[in-house]
Amino acid sequence: MSDETLRERHGEAGQASVLVRLPPHLVVLFPGAERRVSLKARDVNEMVDALDALWPGMRERICDETPAIRRHINVFVEGRRASLSTPLREGADIFVLTAISGG
Amino acid sequence: MAEQVFILVGTRKGAFILESDAMRRSWAVRGPFCETWPTNHVVADPVSGTIYAGGGNEWFGPAVWKSTDFGATWSHSSQGLAFEPGQAPVKAVWSLARGADGALYAGVEPAGLFRSEDGGESWSHIEGLQQHPTRPDWNPGGAGLILHSLVPDPIDASRIWVGISAAGVFATEDGGASWQTRNRGTRADFMPEGQNYPEFGQCVHCLVMAPGGGGRLYQQNHCGMYRSDDGGKAWESIEAGLPSSFGFPAAAHPRDPDCLYLIPLNGDIKGRFMPEGNTAVWRTTDAGRSWQPKREGLPQGGAYFNVLRQAMATDTMEPAGVYFGTNAGGLYASIDEGESWDCLAPFLPTITSVETLVIGR
Repeated sequence: MSDETLRERHGEAGQASVLVRLPPHLVVLFPGAERRVSLKARDVNEMVDALDALWPGMRERICDETPAIRRHINVFVEGRRASLSTPLREGADIFVLTAISGG
Repeated sequence: MAEQVFILVGTRKGAFILESDAMRRSWAVRGPFCETWPTNHVVADPVSGTIYAGGGNEWFGPAVWKSTDFGATWSHSSQGLAFEPGQAPVKAVWSLARGADGALYAGVEPAGLFRSEDGGESWSHIEGLQQHPTRPDWNPGGAGLILHSLVPDPIDASRIWVGISAAGVFATEDGGASWQTRNRGTRADFMPEGQNYPEFGQCVHCLVMAPGGGGRLYQQNHCGMYRSDDGGKAWESIEAGLPSSFGFPAAAHPRDPDCLYLIPLNGDIKGRFMPEGNTAVWRTTDAGRSWQPKREGLPQGGAYFNVLRQAMATDTMEPAGVYFGTNAGGLYASIDEGESWDCLAPFLPTITSVETLVIGR
């Protein structure tokens, strides 16, 4: 995918610009959503908020009411499994993945 | 006015819609919808024709899908479909029903009830049910602690009945603020001797309301079939004459409160199949005093499927249609009130629910 297709979002001061890669099963639920999105966030929780602002309803698909990242969803930040409180650094590479699950 | 008849089918792999004209002879099958999410219940608002599908995905949690164009396009939401922070997450929507005031209700797993006043866009938790004093003692049944039967009164918006396995039947008369147990007369064979008629804890499988506004309810229970003529305050066994006391779905006739359809299985510890491998829908026309098996056109011999709790329904046509779907993916229909049957779709995914919609076009 070319850089022109990446979404840009203006953030608050202190927020890092990060690149988020979304799984196909999630993207297909939200018309217009893209597999790669760049946005600004200080931690994973803010990243989910930013995704939800772009595509309303996406927060409920990634997080449950505990609140936590859903049991069968994995978020990796720079190669390590993250939680909602994991901080984000400038330029961080983030993968949202669906675990092997279902029948 | 030409009539269009829809059969709304929930399956483990999305929703399907079958469509026919008033003859109900030739059916077009469309689907799967809802991105093949496990779909537990598909219903339609008979006033607007809006179709709603409730389910839950292993990854993404619960959702209610919605189509305002008879299935051509769909949207989804779960906004507010969550318990208070810190509670066990809602796994899936299991049942949907329209209240007399037009609100939409959703029953979920783990057992809870939600209400939407904007056509399924957003939801609020009806906390009164979870605050019932018996709540700490509810035990999940084999499939989980699930609010599967949802029966709003068609006239009085403040009255709702729910069936939760294995907690029993509960009713509210104030829109959900307070709830009463409604299990008197129904057995719990799995409890110790002498405790077989508890106030709650019965394993209700399917709860339906008879037409006519007389407060008559029927239920298929893990331990028996029952009728109530007073809104569930007292229940009477109607299982005499049936091949077993065990089954899952029940469907009421759209106009005759004395007519009910059940699909008894061979018992709870014998595999839960069609008795002897022979398929039959059992019909009463005298409120459960006597029963007749209806087999014409249904598989006889070698039929080792079952029919899940929300997978049988009637339509509002004259004569009434009766429909059921099996866990083996077969969808069967009768357009003569159960006398004879046809298979409309043999190889759908596991069918979890069957409902109908009749509209004039």
